[in-house]
Amino acid sequence: MDILEILLSASFWTAAIRIASPLIFATLGELICERAGVLNLGIEGIMVAGAFAGWMAVYSGTGLWMGVAVAMAVGMLFGLVHSLLTVPFGLSQHVVGLGVTLLATSLTYYAYRLALPEVTSPPKIDAFQPYEIPLLSDLPLIGPALFSQTPLTYLAFILVGVVAFVLYRTPLGLALRAAGENPSAVAAQGLSVTGIRMGAVIVGSGFMAVGGAFLTMSAFDSFFFEMVNGRGWICIALVVFGAWRPGKALLGAILFAAFDALQIRIQQTPLGADIPYQVFLMMPYFLSILALIVMSRRAEVPAALMVPFNKGER
Amino acid sequence: MLRPEAARVVLRLDGITKRFGKLVANDAISLSLHQGEVIALLGENGAGKTTLMNILFGQYTADEGTVEVFGQTLPPGNPRAALDAGVGMVHQHFTLADNMTVLENVTLGTQPLFAPRLDRGAARDKLARLAADFGLQVHPDARVGSLTVGERQRVEILKALYRDARILILDEPTAVLTPQEIDDLFATLRKAVKLGLSVVFISHKLHEVMAISDRVLILRHGRLVAERPIAEVDKAKLAALMVGSEVAAPKVEQGRPGAVLMRLQDVTTPDRGSAPGLNRVSLALHSGQIVGLAGVSGNGQAALADLIGGLIRPATGRLDLNDAEMQDWTPRKAVQSGIARIPEDRHKTGTIAEFDLTENAILESYADPPYSRAGWMSWGVAEAFTRQIIDTYDVRCPGPGTRIRLLSGGNMQKLILGRVLEKAPSIILANQPVRGLDIGAVNYVHSQLLAARDRGAAVLLISEDLDEIMALSDVIHVMSEGRLSPGFARGSMTPAELGVWMAGQGFDEAETAHAS
Repeated sequence: MDILEILLSASFWTAAIRIASPLIFATLGELICERAGVLNLGIEGIMVAGAFAGWMAVYSGTGLWMGVAVAMAVGMLFGLVHSLLTVPFGLSQHVVGLGVTLLATSLTYYAYRLALPEVTSPPKIDAFQPYEIPLLSDLPLIGPALFSQTPLTYLAFILVGVVAFVLYRTPLGLALRAAGENPSAVAAQGLSVTGIRMGAVIVGSGFMAVGGAFLTMSAFDSFFFEMVNGRGWICIALVVFGAWRPGKALLGAILFAAFDALQIRIQQTPLGADIPYQVFLMMPYFLSILALIVMSRRAEVPAALMVPFNKGER
Repeated sequence: MLRPEAARVVLRLDGITKRFGKLVANDAISLSLHQGEVIALLGENGAGKTTLMNILFGQYTADEGTVEVFGQTLPPGNPRAALDAGVGMVHQHFTLADNMTVLENVTLGTQPLFAPRLDRGAARDKLARLAADFGLQVHPDARVGSLTVGERQRVEILKALYRDARILILDEPTAVLTPQEIDDLFATLRKAVKLGLSVVFISHKLHEVMAISDRVLILRHGRLVAERPIAEVDKAKLAALMVGSEVAAPKVEQGRPGAVLMRLQDVTTPDRGSAPGLNRVSLALHSGQIVGLAGVSGNGQAALADLIGGLIRPATGRLDLNDAEMQDWTPRKAVQSGIARIPEDRHKTGTIAEFDLTENAILESYADPPYSRAGWMSWGVAEAFTRQIIDTYDVRCPGPGTRIRLLSGGNMQKLILGRVLEKAPSIILANQPVRGLDIGAVNYVHSQLLAARDRGAAVLLISEDLDEIMALSDVIHVMSEGRLSPGFARGSMTPAELGVWMAGQGFDEAETAHAS
């Protein structure tokens, strides 16, 4: 059976994990924002900006890790804009989020044209290369899938643990979750809801940008328009799929990526000859919606998500 | 009890003034609290009690005046400083995060925000010690969302104690409790006082003030109008001081029940989220009778109100109106059958804030003549109707064209009352009809409900306020977890006996008795 063969091949899982990596970064970023009570629809645009900023920095001569830092900083800047408008000013999070996405996308394309006015095909950089972790990478199937990836993928997996630890094991995480559930509980303890929410959005946006940078610096080695291609929106769904929990969100990202990797491979089987390829392209999205319906029915939305908090109001 | 002169002053407010636009919420209020003392802050809704306490706690900034705790002046507008100085506040609307555990809620904000990890062990020990000392038993790992209202309040108090509060402020703490839970709360407060804490108790319930406090301070329209040791006052005196004049509650005579207008037989409705639906409820509403429905909110009262109002239908069982079974029961049919509703939340479901009085007055009948004919509104008729309500029910407002959100709660409720009663309804569903109203308005609403009863209407009064239920009802039922107790005749039950049913205990005994 063709599909079973695909599912048991190491190259399939290697691809799935690679495809999942940018989603993991961005989903964690969105999760942090939403746990603090802010829906960040700027995610798609911030990923575009991150993809460009990281790649441009490396192209201009910085090191790869410096590129990641630059992407993160750019993401945080857009996070600052988003959080200023939504938290202290309490504007509609939907409108601001879409605005940030459009702003970040167009600014990125503008910057690209300014920086590279003459080029017809974008230049390549020396991207992150896979690093085989000794011993572990020799394991069958999971060796190549999990331990022969680029350093950015390892970072994504480490970040899942870090975010989970911070959320559930530190006073900061406690305050952040409370800000998304009942901000007056946070205010009554003398903490700043505004500060916590803005901080969460800024850091979360930074992670989103790193997710974007993964595309130009690890998955590919160049920047194209439309390369983010809706991944930000998928991450919004993944947060719901993961019931606002980092571990479950990680599973969701891998599941989605596996569907994506699968459809590419099915296209090349005899099955792909008979069915229009658009059907396969659609498959991961279709299956995500199905999974979302099944998984998130009992999910608990942070109670104060999208509810602005005004000090002094009851 | 310590004599106030002998004890140390732990809290002093001096000349606190706070304005919201033109409204003076607090007008040069000064007071002091001594160690081991319980003072009650008594006043009607809108008298400025909560504003004053929010200033003390640093959530509002006063325009004038200072707050002094243990001899230190607090910086204005800083809850952190108030907490650190030993002030703990139990808010009327709990400040708890439902998706977190008791322990997490209690420790929130007590450890440095950027500490590398949350220290749960020490927190757990301290919480257990406090729970034992003060008799506040709550499971530390229970999710707050799964707790009862009484338990949540214990968590709020524990939160304050955990931060080593020496002064406890409780804002309307009894509003949501059963009589037994109120007793428990008072026992806790007495323990706290014995351990050297001081308490500010905010309330508008006179008997509770009499029961717990050493001294009472009365606020009226933002002013501190009187300050009395509790030994020198009684309930009547307090009521007079609170309102500014002698008040007489309407005299209630026994109703004369007539025919059954509405009957529920074994009605069950599905649960809604955490709120239970009805569980095999049978109830008869007689003409000329007020049926009181007591119970802690969230025990199925909303389902019963929605059922009568036509918003939901029985899943099993039947609903009869004038001895005919109602099929395809809808809100429209309910209105047309002469059922009038005073909704639980006058802001959310009773009125439309941005609509004017006229539009609100015909919300339930706009599609019927004479307000509209052949699809056209007759605004002249509607406005005349509104003027009639304004005159008859003494709605204080600039005119029928005023947007209703500009009215006070009492006047808004009077308009709803007029809208309901002017139709001479046969059945009146009064859901929390006086919540948040001042005594004058409360008495007015009550006397109107009594008058409607005497005209022959059947009244179903749903209230969390047991005093209100006991004063008005000819028959009292208690709801608990969707079940309805048998009817108790006026005067046959004490509050404590009703409280047993409210806590859900009477039902099991009744079922056992029934089964055997």
